[in-house]
Amino acid sequence: MEKNFDVIVIGSGHNGLVNACYLQKAGLNVLVLEKNDWIGGAAVSRELHPGILYSNCSYVCSLFRPEIMRDLELPKHGLQIVAIEGGTVFTRDGDYLASFRNYHAKKRELERFSVKDSESYSRYSRDILKQCRFIQPLLMRTAPDPASFKFRDLSEMLYLLRKVNDLTASELADTIRFWTMSISDFLDEYFENDVIKASLAVSGIIGTALGPMSPGTAYVLLHHYMGEVDGSIGAWGYARGGMGAISKALTSSFRAMGGTLLNNSEVEKVDIRGARVRGVILKNGDEYLAKNVVSNADVKRTFLKLTDPEHLPPNFIKKVNNFKIRGSSGKVNIALDSMPKFPGVSDTNPCLKGDIHFTDSIERMERAYDDWKMGTWSRDPFLDMMIPTLTDPTMAPPGKHFMSCFVQYCPPKVGGKNWTKENKDAFGETVIQQIADYSPGFKDKILHMEVRTPKELEEEVGLTEGNIFQGELTFDQLLFNRPIPGYAQYRSPIKGLYMCGSSTHPGGGVMGAPGRNAAVEILKDLNLSGSDIRDAYEVL
Amino acid sequence: MIQSKDRKDRDTTFREPLFRSPFYDFFAAKESEGHWYNWNGYKSPTILSDEELEYFSIRSTCSVFDITPLNKYRIVGPQAEEFLNKLTVRNVTKQNVATVKYTLWCDQEGFVIDDGTLFRISDNDFRLCSQEKHLPWLIDTSYGFDVEIIDETKHICGISLQGPTAASILRQLGVNGIDNLKPFHLFQTKISNMPIMISRTGFTGDLGYEIFMKNNVANKFVERVWKAGSNHGLTAIGYNALNMARIEAGFIVANIDFISSDHAIRQNRCRRPDDLGLGWLVDLNKGFFNGKKAILNSKLEDSSAFKIYALEIDGKEPVEGSIIYYNKKDEVGTVTSAIWSPMTKKSIALAQLKLGSSKSNMENLWIEIYSLKELQYYKLMKKVSIVKPPFINLARRSACPPANY
Repeated sequence: MEKNFDVIVIGSGHNGLVNACYLQKAGLNVLVLEKNDWIGGAAVSRELHPGILYSNCSYVCSLFRPEIMRDLELPKHGLQIVAIEGGTVFTRDGDYLASFRNYHAKKRELERFSVKDSESYSRYSRDILKQCRFIQPLLMRTAPDPASFKFRDLSEMLYLLRKVNDLTASELADTIRFWTMSISDFLDEYFENDVIKASLAVSGIIGTALGPMSPGTAYVLLHHYMGEVDGSIGAWGYARGGMGAISKALTSSFRAMGGTLLNNSEVEKVDIRGARVRGVILKNGDEYLAKNVVSNADVKRTFLKLTDPEHLPPNFIKKVNNFKIRGSSGKVNIALDSMPKFPGVSDTNPCLKGDIHFTDSIERMERAYDDWKMGTWSRDPFLDMMIPTLTDPTMAPPGKHFMSCFVQYCPPKVGGKNWTKENKDAFGETVIQQIADYSPGFKDKILHMEVRTPKELEEEVGLTEGNIFQGELTFDQLLFNRPIPGYAQYRSPIKGLYMCGSSTHPGGGVMGAPGRNAAVEILKDLNLSGSDIRDAYEVL
Repeated sequence: MIQSKDRKDRDTTFREPLFRSPFYDFFAAKESEGHWYNWNGYKSPTILSDEELEYFSIRSTCSVFDITPLNKYRIVGPQAEEFLNKLTVRNVTKQNVATVKYTLWCDQEGFVIDDGTLFRISDNDFRLCSQEKHLPWLIDTSYGFDVEIIDETKHICGISLQGPTAASILRQLGVNGIDNLKPFHLFQTKISNMPIMISRTGFTGDLGYEIFMKNNVANKFVERVWKAGSNHGLTAIGYNALNMARIEAGFIVANIDFISSDHAIRQNRCRRPDDLGLGWLVDLNKGFFNGKKAILNSKLEDSSAFKIYALEIDGKEPVEGSIIYYNKKDEVGTVTSAIWSPMTKKSIALAQLKLGSSKSNMENLWIEIYSLKELQYYKLMKKVSIVKPPFINLARRSACPPANY
């Protein structure tokens, strides 16, 4: 086996694979090392029950950049993203607020709860789209270093300033408020109805260790809204075959270009000699050599575990230590013998094909967050539940289903102590009970169930504290501050060591942009052409 | 365990996303080929039988069109007048009871949100009709006023009778007072115990009336009208015919000829009343109203914004969506609405153009037309002249009493 490579990528998460693909495509010899015996990091499809595929980490797709799919020919390698229909919030009074792709159907549902809110919805969408237009073009560009006088930083700062300059005074005020306010306050400016507000607040808290009333959560909503499926902004889709289909297509593209990927190869240390990278050393003692190493792991794992501190400046280490990456969510993945019944909803209602929630007020979400602050999982958690097998015939036999339940809030430690088996079972039971409250006979349909707390997400996937975004998406940790001021351009204090995970700009979600942007920077350092990397499409 | 509610209408929202007007059955019975579109959330016809013939009924006999999907806001209370004076740009204190005024309203930056018609039913009782939805804006503006705002859209329905024989049909129906009803006036009456409100208004530039009523009498009433119109050439029409007539009349439509500031994602798409050629509606002498300060300030600026113009175009090719050039090379704007006008026998259009204030820019304008002939495009440059709207001016529109046919 060859031991010398141009680049080694640590971790086969989607960003690691995107990065590896672009570098291999540019003519470099790239090795990807994956610790698990499966590929994909948090974008995986695993057969945890015979015949049933689980998207047991990430579970929907919207943010993944279409430019990347095209550059890397992912459709040719089998990737299909299928738009999904609907969504619903069940209310405690036995009703439900359904949501549909059809604009008028959606508005009719909103009207049942509030005519005024139904009318406000168009102004709300307009304002979110305005914010999207501002921020979306920044996703596929390296953030400028505001303290630098290099030409590219100055010109990128100018680009940012021009964008700001294009805003009118009131738009600028709106933008700054939007980046800093809570999702609850933001929604109060448009809506009066609790259920409607709760249904929209969801995107403001997913993956974030903040409550809907915490400042900064409005931006998190935007982050979830910036995706698209075939040009339809804000729409979500399923990767056909589960989220692992994305990793599978990336791997296939990578290998077709001649790249090397090794499973069961956990990196112990980045080998650093004389302030520059030499290669990596695996847990099993194997060594691989490369002048460039790209870490797909989060910033804490990369610099506190994989790198010897002797090579790093103390203020850098301190900032890495202080980077906010608090785990806030867990997952319960369930194989079902048959489709659960929701008595109020007719079987043909397409709203069940989307995200299903049971939290009908912002107040309840905030109380769920209170439990997390007290160091325990929410007694009345917020669930984002999906049944992709209603749309995707490839994940389970006909009639059987896979159900993904994203659960918030769930702390990395319980009362400051490590999770025990009893804790984990009780957490799972809390989730199942909430579903069973709305779906009679639900428990009898369960064939198999996997409960994942932040502990499992850290141990199995490698996400520090189980934070799904590799670091919170608050404004102090975005753009040129992500992950750390002065190191927002995918480079590190060590020559040849790069970052390409979601800890870097523009952040988490199965987007691929960090991996792509990192490749642009690496190729620049190596004086290689990045002409095969397409610029971002125009937005809106 | 949560006990789920039994909702009888639970599947309607996705099975029938579009509402059906109380007149739906009446119009559906006259519809032959499935030409429907969404108008403000209602399933509405574009063509019922034949677009041209429907249009000619507006200009030669009489048409009946369903205006139920219009948004209808009832504004009632001791401070209704003051509230509306703050909301809209016209001076509502000058509007008499039993009249209708065309008006518009702006946001705080003086950008037009929408235009519409304001019916003054009594001193403290108004109805505001508009193309777009505005309940949140009305409620926001009503802060501090003793006024009640009721969204009547789903409870009140209406038809529009437009065309030279419209008055005769109403006489035939037994409506008293038609002869004395002047344009932009209204009255309330009963036909066979069915209460209705009639106004001499419309969107066609022709003689015509709009009639509002409660949903429960809709079907009976429209059937009576249909019968009364049987000897007067009454024809049920869809939107396409109406659209032809409204372009000839030079009327603009929100989010077709201009983008409502409520919808604009790009700030530079917003327009002030002057840009729409509707500056004459704005009463700058009245007290505070939404957008007043910004409108005043904008008058001091150099006028370089896009404005709406009425155009006549050489030739007979369709020009919808075409780009307009100055001196055949500098892009100055786009056509927003256009038809071949059967009344004037000309190709006419409404367009938003950025011409500045210099007179000479109004000349030497050209339009680029891609004319499709059997799968091949022919690129044409045709001469454009700016004219003063409306494109037609019919004496019968305002004749009082209207002629009897």
